Amino acid sequence: MRYIPNAGIDVREMLETIGVDSVERLFDSLPKDVKLDRFLDVPGPWSEIEVRRALATMGFRNVRTDDKPSFLGGGVYLHHQPACVDQMLLRGEWLTAYTPYQPEVSQGTLQAIFEYQTHQCLLTGLDVANASLYDGSTAFVEGVLLAQRVAPKKNKVLIATSIHPMYRETLATYVQNLGLEIVEIGMGADGRVDLAAMKAACDEGTFGVAIQSPNFFGVLEDYDAVAAIADAVKARKIAVVAEASSLGIVSPPGRHGFDIAVGEGQAWGIPMSFGGPYVGFMVVRDDLKRHMPGRLVGETVDVDGRKAYVLTLATREQHIRRAKATSNICTNQALIALAANMYLSLLGRKGLREVASQCLQKAAYLKSRLAATGKVEFPLSGPIYNEFTVRTKRPARELLKALAGEGILGGVALDTWYPDRPNDYIAAVTEMNGAADMDRYAAAIAKAL
Amino acid sequence: MSEQTKTETAAPKPTSFHDTAEELIFERSRAGRVGYRFPALDVAETKLESLLPGTLLRDDIEGETEVSEVDVIRHFTRLSKLNMSIDSGLYPLGSCTMKHNPRINEAMARREGFAYSHPLQPEHQVQGSLELIWLLEQTMKEIFGLPRVTLQPVAGAHGELTGILMVRKALAKQGNPRKVILIPDSAHGTNPASAAFAGYTTKELKSNSHGTLDLDLLEREVTEDVAALMLTVPNTLGVFEGQITKIADILHRKGAFLYCDGANLNSFVGIARPGDMGVDVIHSNLHKTFSTPHGGGGPGAGPVGVAESLVPFLPAPTIERRDDGTFYQDFNRPDSIGRMRAWNGNFGVLVRALTYMRSMGGEGMRRMAEIAVLNANYIRARLKDAYHLPYDDPSLHEVVFDDKTQLANDVHTLDIAKRLMDFGFHPPTIYFPLIVPGALMIEPTESEPKEELDAFCDAMLAIAREAKESPELVKSAPHTTPVRRLDEARAARQPILKWTPSR
Repeated sequence: MRYIPNAGIDVREMLETIGVDSVERLFDSLPKDVKLDRFLDVPGPWSEIEVRRALATMGFRNVRTDDKPSFLGGGVYLHHQPACVDQMLLRGEWLTAYTPYQPEVSQGTLQAIFEYQTHQCLLTGLDVANASLYDGSTAFVEGVLLAQRVAPKKNKVLIATSIHPMYRETLATYVQNLGLEIVEIGMGADGRVDLAAMKAACDEGTFGVAIQSPNFFGVLEDYDAVAAIADAVKARKIAVVAEASSLGIVSPPGRHGFDIAVGEGQAWGIPMSFGGPYVGFMVVRDDLKRHMPGRLVGETVDVDGRKAYVLTLATREQHIRRAKATSNICTNQALIALAANMYLSLLGRKGLREVASQCLQKAAYLKSRLAATGKVEFPLSGPIYNEFTVRTKRPARELLKALAGEGILGGVALDTWYPDRPNDYIAAVTEMNGAADMDRYAAAIAKAL
Repeated sequence: MSEQTKTETAAPKPTSFHDTAEELIFERSRAGRVGYRFPALDVAETKLESLLPGTLLRDDIEGETEVSEVDVIRHFTRLSKLNMSIDSGLYPLGSCTMKHNPRINEAMARREGFAYSHPLQPEHQVQGSLELIWLLEQTMKEIFGLPRVTLQPVAGAHGELTGILMVRKALAKQGNPRKVILIPDSAHGTNPASAAFAGYTTKELKSNSHGTLDLDLLEREVTEDVAALMLTVPNTLGVFEGQITKIADILHRKGAFLYCDGANLNSFVGIARPGDMGVDVIHSNLHKTFSTPHGGGGPGAGPVGVAESLVPFLPAPTIERRDDGTFYQDFNRPDSIGRMRAWNGNFGVLVRALTYMRSMGGEGMRRMAEIAVLNANYIRARLKDAYHLPYDDPSLHEVVFDDKTQLANDVHTLDIAKRLMDFGFHPPTIYFPLIVPGALMIEPTESEPKEELDAFCDAMLAIAREAKESPELVKSAPHTTPVRRLDEARAARQPILKWTPSR
């Protein structure tokens, strides 16, 4: 067994020290009638050669998105991850350490989390970020629960239907036994949340108002208008960001009075990997920090006065507060948060702006090219970042299939979640898409319709 | 502003490698440096004002970094050296199962077919990903001895919540969701927290003098109000609940469920199966038992196995295989608790876990449990004369000592843990389980060769001697680490949770 060093003579010597005559005796405390008298019936043990062969075969059964023009988005985006990020992640000191409970021998992880927290604050314009949550959908849930926690007498939350459908489904799962009232607010013809409906639904019992920007249809919301409605009843404002690269050019929620920014950090160069692992983020106003879920790293000094970092404000957490904790989260997404930290550091002040600018410009270009075919419409008039809704004369699913036949992954059909939109789909553009890809896309649309 | 001009520099002093305090990446920033290059924009540029309303256009991200790739690599390499890790040696954090992370797992997760697989591609384009999830479920079913497993949960605590939500939905469907989850006082903190988020109150069960569950107490406490018992098997002392089938009977007679916290599955995988013991629902941490890297605190995965009675309530979608061998996602599950997360769980972690399971096979899985238990018992045998064993029942994969002996010299568990660092070892889990004051919870895993275990035991014995002969040395440890004991109270009292440009 290549991963298990002790064998033969080691085992005999150790048994002798323990004072038993066989390894089986060490399991005497298990009831006899439940012990297996066989090996588990699972494939293996295999060599690396056999494992590689089997996994490679499975991998080849997937259609890759990186070797053809792809405009898939809907919450997961193909952005470039600089090669050095993954190389650094593979260092055993990062990969094979655990939660930094012992700060004296975990300063690397602790300082990296402190830096990650700083990036999150700078990007969202808010005050305090945690060490990470599982992903965008669960970060959204935790954001809603946080807003309720600080307003225990209120139980209504307004949720825009243009928030990612899976995020809303996850919220429904989490709160099914918690007695919260979720009121869904639809959208107007511009693709932005229906402000009149929101205003009508927003009352003294409302603890939170949640929108996503850019929303699932790609449209940027009007933060100020939403904030004004929420402020009238002192409801907390929750912004969801599912395409985090947008924060490089779009004014962040913290600048518009939002209390809580939650979202998905996958767009910071994290591989799409069929849905995970990604990294959920949460950044809040300072007055909410002691109510936050998840780990926080703070700065302090050691006995010699040297600057150092440590997990802090832990009295919010499950290992101390148990049933009264702010969340049940323990293991989070530290390694992916580290990857995000490296990515954000490499791109930094100018690069984050540049990548966002390219996404914005290229999406505008694709939109203009598709418009020029005269074959499609854009049903939503609001401003966009890098993703937009397309309406076709055929069912969107059929069109996307035809495009796939031309080697183009054209987008994501919306009818899965919005049955009233059979002919609509969303297309996303990133810095990975060149003009030639987009011209090909427009030509394929012209041909298919 | 991130730009810093150092006009005066203190004369450099010779340093050991441990003294290399690394400034923050933000403090390394120098105006004009870049760490990236994108292709030139190859489309006609539209004026920003016509794309974004003025109120939605952000200005400069003040404070963000300006660093080169060299700066980034140096920074994160130097920072990494301040960490202890499994790769560098025994990391005996009890209940965390810090085992070796094979690198073939990493290579497989990075294969382009998986890494560039988008979760919203049509089903026929992602057959490989769906197959992998399906195969992993088949393997986990055999390991658990249970009929279905969901791979959606992404951590142990996430799995706990998934499991308890299923229990609640099943009971609600029978007409009464009930009110209480019973949890032994030796349990992980995530158990009561997860139960609370599923809408239950929790009741703590006091352990008996063996650190295990008191069956008479359980009989009394299992009323019609009790939805489930959350039981860690083996418990956090490493002791197997020998009466587990009776425990299951007591619960089942009253219509309650047995939830098994499978954090410690590494100790009996392939030896016995939870489903055969009467367990109704169990989560396993793939980052513990199945070797996916802990990564400084995740990502993990927390698959949940269920008995037939809970199958209808599994999170949707489930992954199914058609007769023709193709795979699909089944969203048509009317009694499902719903979705626990967007997408299909931490897929990349699942790739690593399946790789490991295939590398081990049934024979290897049994071997890993056997050697994990052997290694822990070897440590127990070598240290039991120097450290007090609060419970001397036979233990499996971990052993829990306390500081009773050393307290005579006012040396506490914390001191012992910190002194271990000076010998080059990561400390065990300390002050947990809560039923052992001053607990030292040691889990070596099967990955440790005898000589590493001996070096660890020698260090622990040396510390026990020091505690008698020179307690101040232990109480002021660590002495050789990059930083020494921290002022944790100050961190909480005046929290500094980010770097700010002005400071």
